[in-house]
Amino acid sequence: MKTLKIHTTEDDHRIAKLAALAIGLHLIEAVVPSPLPGVKPGIANIVTLYVLYRFDFATAAWVSLLRVFASSLLFGNFLSPTFALSLSGAVLSLLALCLAQYLPKRYFGPVSLSIFAALAHMVGQLLLVRFWLIPHAGVAYLIPVFMVAALLFGLLNGLITSALLKKA
Amino acid sequence: MKSAYFKRLLPGDYLVVLLGLLLVVYLFKTLWHGEHAAKLEIRQGDQVFATLSLDQDRVIQVVGPLGTSKIEIKQGKVRFLSSPCSNQYCVHQGWLHHVGQAAICLPNRVSLELLGAKKAYDSLNY
Repeated sequence: MKTLKIHTTEDDHRIAKLAALAIGLHLIEAVVPSPLPGVKPGIANIVTLYVLYRFDFATAAWVSLLRVFASSLLFGNFLSPTFALSLSGAVLSLLALCLAQYLPKRYFGPVSLSIFAALAHMVGQLLLVRFWLIPHAGVAYLIPVFMVAALLFGLLNGLITSALLKKA
Repeated sequence: MKSAYFKRLLPGDYLVVLLGLLLVVYLFKTLWHGEHAAKLEIRQGDQVFATLSLDQDRVIQVVGPLGTSKIEIKQGKVRFLSSPCSNQYCVHQGWLHHVGQAAICLPNRVSLELLGAKKAYDSLNY
């Protein structure tokens, strides 16, 4: 019998390790109760941001998307609305980071990027909610609340990321 | 510890936080304000008794089967000032100021409804 051998590079291993860390954080967060459905601190994004700074955007995108797919498999909600929300948030958030990484480093640190990513994450999710899950204008009432949460957690995650980056 | 945390913020970060706060305030203001009503429609029985502007402060008296209901318009708001009915639900409802709000006095067959540019839905179902 012929065995198929997959050749993995150093990069693959690194991405896998970091994604595993992100998945772990994602799982921890899932068991933390939230006062409002949809408001989550998004601590797994700390990993994405950290990776973006230590390595590059491509690695960060890999880690983020692997995290979304792998944790949905672990939770058993792959291809469900929960998964779709997670994916749309992650994609928009990566898009924001992709643009924000070109901001001058002298003035804009991880906190800025984290806030942009968090707000974009919310925008991605709310768009999906509005156009697919709850096609009703009433969703607009929730936007300010979610945006406040995104701003707050974006700031916190950004501070944590910059603390981690200084330590490393 | 705390000061060490704040050193991690660069000037641009403060700017982003500030812009974020402004965005949030703007969102609250635009999405949560609820449209202020322009007109008041008073109905007595099965007829429209009057359609009035909320700009002018005044007290209107509407005569129903039980007696006179007094309706007060003040600074863009409206309320039942007094009513001859026994339960006084209409009076306890207090001031109305958003489009679509209504106060109804069933015993005296008087109702108030605030109208905006377009009529809001009472309810939606799918």
